[in-house]
Amino acid sequence: MKGVGTILVVAALLAAVPLFGVSNVTLNFLVTALIIALAGQGWNVLGGYGGQYSFGHAAFFGTGAYVSAILQLRYGVNAWIAFAAGIGAGALAGAIIGGLSFRSGLRGSYFALVTLAFAEVLRILASVTPITGAGVGLLVKLDLRPEAFQFQSRVPFYWIILALVTVSLLIVRAIENSRFGAYLVAVRENEEAAKALGVNVIAVKLGAMVISAAIVAAAGGFYVQYFLFIDAGIAYGPWISIEALLAPIIGGVGTVFGPLLGALVVKVLGEAAKLVTGDAPGLDLMIYGGVLVLVIALAPRGIAGVVADLRARIVRRKPEAKPEQPTAGHHV
Amino acid sequence: MVEPVPDPILAVENLRSGYGITEVLRGVDLTIHRGEIIAVLGSNGAGKSTLNRTLSGINRAWSGSIRFAGTAIERDSPARIVARGLIHVPEGRRVFPNLSVRENLDLGAYRRGGGRSRDTLARVFSIFPRLSERQNQRAGTLSGGEQQMLAIGRGLMADPQLLILDEPSLGLSPLLVEELFALIQTINAEGIAILLVEQNVVQSLDVAQRAYVLDNGQFVLQGDVATLRDNPDLKRTYLGM
Ligand SMILES: Nc1ncnc2c1ncn2[C@@H]1O[C@H](COP(=O)(O)OP(=O)(O)OP(=O)(O)O)[C@@H](O)[C@H]1O
Ligand SMILES: [Mg+2]
Repeated sequence: MKGVGTILVVAALLAAVPLFGVSNVTLNFLVTALIIALAGQGWNVLGGYGGQYSFGHAAFFGTGAYVSAILQLRYGVNAWIAFAAGIGAGALAGAIIGGLSFRSGLRGSYFALVTLAFAEVLRILASVTPITGAGVGLLVKLDLRPEAFQFQSRVPFYWIILALVTVSLLIVRAIENSRFGAYLVAVRENEEAAKALGVNVIAVKLGAMVISAAIVAAAGGFYVQYFLFIDAGIAYGPWISIEALLAPIIGGVGTVFGPLLGALVVKVLGEAAKLVTGDAPGLDLMIYGGVLVLVIALAPRGIAGVVADLRARIVRRKPEAKPEQPTAGHHV
Repeated sequence: MVEPVPDPILAVENLRSGYGITEVLRGVDLTIHRGEIIAVLGSNGAGKSTLNRTLSGINRAWSGSIRFAGTAIERDSPARIVARGLIHVPEGRRVFPNLSVRENLDLGAYRRGGGRSRDTLARVFSIFPRLSERQNQRAGTLSGGEQQMLAIGRGLMADPQLLILDEPSLGLSPLLVEELFALIQTINAEGIAILLVEQNVVQSLDVAQRAYVLDNGQFVLQGDVATLRDNPDLKRTYLGM
């Protein structure tokens, strides 16, 4: 399949990073960035390819995280199985929220606001319900065995989240090359025209929502295993909804590598801002926000867009690189 | 000898439809024969686009019947209807702006099983050579006229038996309007029936065999274009005479 090679090469290069003896701090930084990359890729399926901008993907991150944690803690379910169940629960949440919003024809900013509202309702519920640990949160029991999805070292965690990100890249590439992907983009580009071509707009959006939610739920489930703690603010808070949409927007919405690129850039930016401002509280966030505004203003199609423009410019310089000849009249 | 009456490609009876509780189509009867061009005229808000949307299944028919090539389709999904060969090119040049011309056309072919799509593409390019020259261009950067051609070409990719064109000449220069009407006749010459909704009454009556005039959700006039041209009401309202 087209484009799989690049994904595997990038994955292999990233997988080799721990072999060079990087510090725990660096590894921790990379794991966090990859969690955001995974969530961002989930958001990208619906937002980037389907044009449905959600402000509430925390709903799926949190559901993946809580279902996994609760199954382990309250029902003694194996961590790996709990993780898978969390992904399933996230997909189900996507089907419910997507079904309700798309069936009632919510689009654009209305859709964004409704998803935000769903996430906030879930956050408030989780902060008062006993099963989610209410205000205190849930601590997953320490059990440093691979069977329990816990490891002594950060390296296996890094490889696992990298594997998850790689799978998400492959999924998105497969969507790009599929008829479903073509319909999804058609819906993003012009819903009315897509309908007239016979595209079942609601079904396509719903499909994208379920895939999107499942990927984001995987990020939530991984988060629980890595930090062994979850509370309402982390699970359903706006922070993850924002990071999940910032990464693809910075990196390039509707592109395979956009979310990964964007997550790395956003995280580096965040760390750099903290370094520059030292202890002044909130100042790093202001710098961070300012730089993001600049990036969005200067490169509305993200880093991937800038790269594509540069490539197009180079191709245009070479006179021999002519576009594909039209096939009119050449019957096969 | 009595000539056998061929079954029409589209037969609509007492069709009602609307939005919410507002009835827009208030009992519409319409027949289109195979290979025919029908013009549907009517002032703004008469319900022309609503009729198109209901025929193509985008809007639900409240009551009445729609038979396409002998089959009842009033309960079918838009996807089914497209697959049967009734293709609607909606008003307002709705191309997919960030996709290339070629990708736009390919999307038109999807619902109608792959197979012959290369032949269809060649046919579309022979009707619209300019699209062939611009295959790799982003559709959003085409001129208004080219976008309209693309929207029609994308409809043709679905290999229609009946093509519904909703105000295809809207916003085109007089020269392009000429060209468009010539193209409509070319398409029709390939055996495709056309339901043409238009504001350009004179030219529509030139290319169509029959016309219907929709007013406030009902057909108030209908008949052969030759007869309609001399109709005093039509003259006064639409031809300004
Ligand atoms: N989505 C909608 N919701 C509610 N009412 C609508 C909707 N679309 C159209 N209408 C109403 O239905 C009536 C018929 O509209 P329609 O678009 O079918 O008219 P038209 O004959 O195509 O007009 P035009 O020549 O301006 O395109 C109008 O009164 C319009 O306001
Ligand atoms: Mg209209």
